[in-house]
Amino acid sequence: MSVIIDINDLSFRYAKESQFFNLSHVNLHVNEGEWLAIIGHNGSGKSTLAKAIDGLLAPESGEIVVDGQKLTDESVWDIRKKIGMVFQNPDNQFVGADVEGDVAFGLENQGIERAEMHARVHEALEMVDMVDFAKHEPVRLSGGQKQRVAIAGVLALRPKIVIFDEATSMLDPEGRMQIISLIRQMNRKEKFTVISITHDIDEASLADRVVVLDDGQIIDDSLPQDLFQKGAELIELGLDVPFPQRLKMELGKMGVLTPQEYLDEGSMVDWLCRSILKN
Amino acid sequence: MDKMLLGRYINGDSLIHRMDPRAKLFLSFYFIVIVFLCNNWQTYTLMVAIVLLCVKLSEISLGFFIKGVRPLIWLILFTVLLQIFFSTGGDPYWQWGPFTVTDAGIINGVFVFCRFVLIIFMSTLLTLTTTPLEISDGLESLLKPLLALKVPVYEIALMLSIALRFVPTLMDETTKIMNAQRARGVNFGEGGLIKQIKAVIPLLIPLFVSSFNRAEDLATAMEARGYHGGAGRTKYRKQEWKTKDTLGVVMFLLVTLALVLLRK
Repeated sequence: MSVIIDINDLSFRYAKESQFFNLSHVNLHVNEGEWLAIIGHNGSGKSTLAKAIDGLLAPESGEIVVDGQKLTDESVWDIRKKIGMVFQNPDNQFVGADVEGDVAFGLENQGIERAEMHARVHEALEMVDMVDFAKHEPVRLSGGQKQRVAIAGVLALRPKIVIFDEATSMLDPEGRMQIISLIRQMNRKEKFTVISITHDIDEASLADRVVVLDDGQIIDDSLPQDLFQKGAELIELGLDVPFPQRLKMELGKMGVLTPQEYLDEGSMVDWLCRSILKN
Repeated sequence: MDKMLLGRYINGDSLIHRMDPRAKLFLSFYFIVIVFLCNNWQTYTLMVAIVLLCVKLSEISLGFFIKGVRPLIWLILFTVLLQIFFSTGGDPYWQWGPFTVTDAGIINGVFVFCRFVLIIFMSTLLTLTTTPLEISDGLESLLKPLLALKVPVYEIALMLSIALRFVPTLMDETTKIMNAQRARGVNFGEGGLIKQIKAVIPLLIPLFVSSFNRAEDLATAMEARGYHGGAGRTKYRKQEWKTKDTLGVVMFLLVTLALVLLRK
């Protein structure tokens, strides 16, 4: 697996005079085709990191290399073509006056021919299952539908990397599930490299690798199953643990012996059934 | 806010709906110019016939157009009364101090009334049959010659279409903030003038703050999607100039000719 994003010793702060660095000496490598989740409590620097990768914020020191290209003032537009971003608030990233127009916005910026645009917009809307809504205005869509349109806008551009900056945090549970399954499909089937920045622990547990940020520093970088085993530690960091792990901890408190390794929902159900049958 | 007819669009598939927005924009402005050519019964009758024909072709009921006149009715009546009472010339019917009512004055009053109503009908027709998006696209291409004068036409068009896209969002937000402040005891539209103005502050300040936040977020999202100015952009939406648009223009030119001939 080749490295597609290479971050070396990245530091950043919003206010020059402040002592606090929003990102300090971050080193991170993202492999091609990987699904990386970045978690951390509020204000830990997750979104700042995402914006820095896309060149939306200029780092104070350190360098970022995306797909072999170093991020500089000259290369920033080339790099943005390789990265698609979906932001938190579905209302504030809708540029077009209707669904089609919004999906086409990025294509218009790249100066793509009209016939090609029509084909790509249709294809992207099909992938997110929004073809029937092509002529709808943003006010007539739900939050989850707006996020799907935003994802279609990214898909139409065919980037190599897609960054979800807390894209599910303002959605209802149903909208969230739809977006998560879309992310999974994009990563597994379409082979996009996915970075998802999230509070949602269920989303993080589906990723290939989880990075934990705390006050601008990376404090953990491991597989989800290894990470969630650390139950209590994560709660101290202001994070949550997935439901099976929480159940395991509660059972532990009641004196039930539970397996050491992390169990996802399926294996937790299996384990529970087996232990009940044994008694 | 539901009563507001400005910028309201009524979905339909009539001949007028399907016309090119550029043609509609141009003809609406052109109509306002040629209305001032009218100065007698024949010309006004012709114009009324044209407007009624357009209304008929749009397949929208006349009621909507009459609603469009309603907000301006006081202005119209005021102007008409001024015309009637302060016109000189013609045979005076009635005189009292500075007020005179003459036959010419009454005729002028009726003409001014017709002129107002015709212009309002025509501009209502434009907004009822054209989506805001089409209007901003149409304006962009009509303004294109101004590029030579270094007018930032693309940016103006983008500004316009973003402004139009945010109108419903901000309306929703206003209602939400009003409800939230009401839940905390603010009374909107009650008490004296000063008190009413003061009650607007808890509405306006959050609205401004949230608009700026939205603008910031939107700018970031646009930049992330590769927006860097109007140059080199292509357009997704294509405007097609069809035979019916040419016919519309030809019809209006014939009307102009007829007006010039019928004028006294």
